[in-house]
Amino acid sequence: MVAEKYLKTPLQENDLEQLHIGDKVLITGTIYTGRDEAHKRLIKLLGQGEALPFDIKGQIIYYVGPAPAPPGKPIGSAGPTTSYRMDPYAPALLAAGIKVMIGKGPRQQNVIDAMVKHKAVYLVAIGGAAVVIADSIKEAKVIAFEDLGTEAIRELRVENFPCVVANDIKGNDIYREGRKKYEVTQ
Amino acid sequence: MRKINVQELIPAVKKLCIEANYYIGNDIITKLQEMAAREKSATAREVLAILLKNHQLAAQNMMPLCQDTGTAVIFVELGQEIHLTGGDFTEALNEGVRQGYEAGYLRKSIVNDPVFDRINTRDNTPAIIYMEIVPGNEIRITVAPKGAGAENMSDLKMLKPADGIEGVINFVVDVVSRAGSNPCPPVIVGVGLGGNFEYSALLAKKALLRPLNQTNPIAKWAKLEADILKKINNLGIGPQGLGGRTTALGVNIQAEPCHIASLPVAVNIQCHAARCKSLVL
Repeated sequence: MVAEKYLKTPLQENDLEQLHIGDKVLITGTIYTGRDEAHKRLIKLLGQGEALPFDIKGQIIYYVGPAPAPPGKPIGSAGPTTSYRMDPYAPALLAAGIKVMIGKGPRQQNVIDAMVKHKAVYLVAIGGAAVVIADSIKEAKVIAFEDLGTEAIRELRVENFPCVVANDIKGNDIYREGRKKYEVTQ
Repeated sequence: MRKINVQELIPAVKKLCIEANYYIGNDIITKLQEMAAREKSATAREVLAILLKNHQLAAQNMMPLCQDTGTAVIFVELGQEIHLTGGDFTEALNEGVRQGYEAGYLRKSIVNDPVFDRINTRDNTPAIIYMEIVPGNEIRITVAPKGAGAENMSDLKMLKPADGIEGVINFVVDVVSRAGSNPCPPVIVGVGLGGNFEYSALLAKKALLRPLNQTNPIAKWAKLEADILKKINNLGIGPQGLGGRTTALGVNIQAEPCHIASLPVAVNIQCHAARCKSLVL
């Protein structure tokens, strides 16, 4: 059986200590979206010492570019995008206080090291489960970089948003360990 | 000679774009269920269960299976006894894409040039269109939207004839191994063998159009497909790369004759959301 854990925002000091790679996590509360271009802009603002469009301390960021919202829905299909493209920006955002990143696919070692240093975790949402994920998003509003369209930063209110722990605060990596465990040597 | 007004193609393509993105084939659902029942990893079973639920919810809520609603790839088989009237054929197909992506709330993911501006065209055009002239007086249109996550992991190699079957197997398995979690496994692996450089890539894409419940009609290729599939599922990548035995749902090979000095092999990776819908006019 897969262990099932719950995360509620705002995150508390030791919430992330209970998470281990392979655990299923259901998130309820507020999370923020951001992918390629939004990350570039956040890093630029940080570099210039300017205020970010939201206080990122202790927050959760989700790498996604949702489909347009159909009538009556807060958001369209909203599965994760591949995380390695955000690796160049991730250590700086972790240093600035981001606690949880959600995406898909493995991270580079320097990002994993930054997670250990700042006691942060990386969760993966299921690529292709875009409607299940959209179903857990109850409200969505663009709070920054509206000109970026699907890439704008959105504040999402989620209920039981499903993901799996890929890197825990100890630096374990499910992509390495999971594959090793099920590989059949030929 | 049968006359067809190209304006009739617009609603047809519009409908195919929407349906392909909302509804997955039963062959894929059945295969996901079969593989989930045999999967040894609990995390992998959990992921597969979520994917099955996703297919169900997408159809029920009439929403795209994946937010990456892809490049609109269109295959047209045009009967040679048809006379097309009423305007520009290619523009009619693109208008169908434009209307389908707007009306279906599908994401527009095409940029106008690959390196300089990269400005979104905002209507998901142009489509990528392949034409074939066939006997008869019907048009068969297939729309196969393709997301970038899987497409980006595809590869092509010009092997030496001496590399033989072993060389083909090793290259295909290596492409899937290097792709790891990126193409959102479980994947379907399209393999184009023979032809030449560009034709092998098209064969690999066409191989993906064959449903998973149809075995390759030629026994030697069917066996090679099964052998490669076994090796891929022994890699341990598993659903979403989190570890497990369900890395690929199928390997589809399409082979054609080639030059005495060549052995082209192209691998087109497709995620489990193998979207594809056809109709005949």
